[in-house]
Amino acid sequence: MNLNATLIAQLVVFFILAWFTMKFVWPPIVKALDERANKIADGLAAADKAKADLALAEKKVVEELRKARESAGDVRTSAEKQASQLIDEARAEASRIIAAAREAAEHEAGAATQRAKEALRDQVAHLAVAGAEKILRREIDAKVHAKLLANLKQELQ
Amino acid sequence: MATEGHAPTASEYVIHHLTHLNNTGHAQENIIDWSVINIDSMFYSIVIGALTVFLLWLAARKATSGVPGRFQGIVEILVDMVADQAKGIVHSAESRRFVAPLALTVFVWIFLMNAMDLLPVDLLPRIWEGMYAAGGGDPAHAYMRVVATADLSAALGMSTGVLLLCLYYNIKIKGVGGWVHELFTAPFGSHPLLYPINFAMQIIEFVAKTVSHGMRLFGNMYAGELIFILIALLGSTATVFGFLGHVIAGSIWAIFHILIITLQAFIFMMLTLVYVGQAHESH
Repeated sequence: MNLNATLIAQLVVFFILAWFTMKFVWPPIVKALDERANKIADGLAAADKAKADLALAEKKVVEELRKARESAGDVRTSAEKQASQLIDEARAEASRIIAAAREAAEHEAGAATQRAKEALRDQVAHLAVAGAEKILRREIDAKVHAKLLANLKQELQ
Repeated sequence: MATEGHAPTASEYVIHHLTHLNNTGHAQENIIDWSVINIDSMFYSIVIGALTVFLLWLAARKATSGVPGRFQGIVEILVDMVADQAKGIVHSAESRRFVAPLALTVFVWIFLMNAMDLLPVDLLPRIWEGMYAAGGGDPAHAYMRVVATADLSAALGMSTGVLLLCLYYNIKIKGVGGWVHELFTAPFGSHPLLYPINFAMQIIEFVAKTVSHGMRLFGNMYAGELIFILIALLGSTATVFGFLGHVIAGSIWAIFHILIITLQAFIFMMLTLVYVGQAHESH
C-alpha cells in the first residue's frame, strides 16, 4: 500500500493503450458497425419497396385483365353487329335481285303474249280473207278492199 | 521474513504475498518513494495491456460489415456498449473520438487485470519463487503480486490519467480564462468573498474524484486478493476442514469475484466517462 513511480509508469501505459485503441481498433469496428447498420436499413427499405412494387404490379395486372376483357367484349359486339349488317344487306340484295328477275320475266312473258296475239290476228285476217275469197268464188281486189280489210282487222282486235 | 528451512507462518505468508517485486529487492519502506517502481505491477499491466489491444486489434483487423464471427461479435457488443454510454455522457463528438476508445481500453484492460485474481493465488508467485531460487536467490525474497489493479500506485496512476484528461478538456472546452473563472465562481456563485471557498471546493472536488476513482478499484481488488490469500491459508492447514473450507469458500468467493472484477472495470470506465463529461459542462 505504497505510492511510488509505478503511478507515473502506469499513467503513461494508460495513455499509450488508449492511443493505440483510438488509432487502430475503434475506427474499423465502428465503421463496420455503421456499414452493417446501413446495409440492414437499405435491405429493409428494398424489401419494403419490393413489396410495394409487387402490390402495384398486381393491381396493374388486374386492371389490364379488366381492360382486355372489356375490349374483347367490344370487339365481339361490333363483329356481331357487322355480321348481322352483312346478312341484312345480303338479304336485301337478294330480294332486290329476285324482284328484278321476276319483273323481267313478267315483262318478257307479256311481250311474247302480245306477239302471239299479233301473229294470231294476222293469220285470222288472212284466213278470213281466204275464206271470203272461197265463199265469193271471185277474186277480190286487194287494193279496193284494203280499207275494208283494215276495218275488219280493227274490229278483230 | 521466512528463512530457508521452515515453512512460513500465516502472517509471513500473507505479508510475502502482499509485497511487491520492485527495483530495490525488498519491501518499500516509506509510504511515498518515487525512486521505487513495482516491477511485477508494470510487467503484468503492460503484458495484459498489450494483450488487450492485441485482441481488440485482432477483431478490428478482420472487422467486416458482413456477417460477424463470434469473436468479432463480442468485441462489437463491447464497442457498442461503450459507444452508447459515451454518447449519453460526453456531449461532444470530437472528444468522443478519443474518450470512447479510451473507455473501451480501460474497461477491457482493467477487466483482464482484475481477472488475474481468479488464478490460484500461489500459482504465478510459486513459479517465480522457483525461477528465483534456480537463479541462486532466496525464494523468501521472491516477491510477486499478479493483480496490477490491487497496486495502489497503478490504480491511482490510471485515475490520475483521467484527472489529466479532465484538466485538458476543461481548458480545451472553456479556455483558460473560462476555466479559471469557473474555478473561482462555481459552485457557490460570483462574489469576491466566495472566491476562496469556491476555489477550495473545486480543488477538493478534483482531488476527491481522482483519489476515490483509483482507491475504489484498488480497495476492491486488494480486499479480494486478501480474501483469496486467507482462503488459501485455510487450505494450507491440510486438515479435512481446511480442505473443504478451501474448496467451498474458494469456489464461492471466486464466483462472486467474477461479478466484482466486471463491476469494478465497468465502474472505472463509467466514472472515466462521467468525469470527462463533467469537464465539458459549464456551471
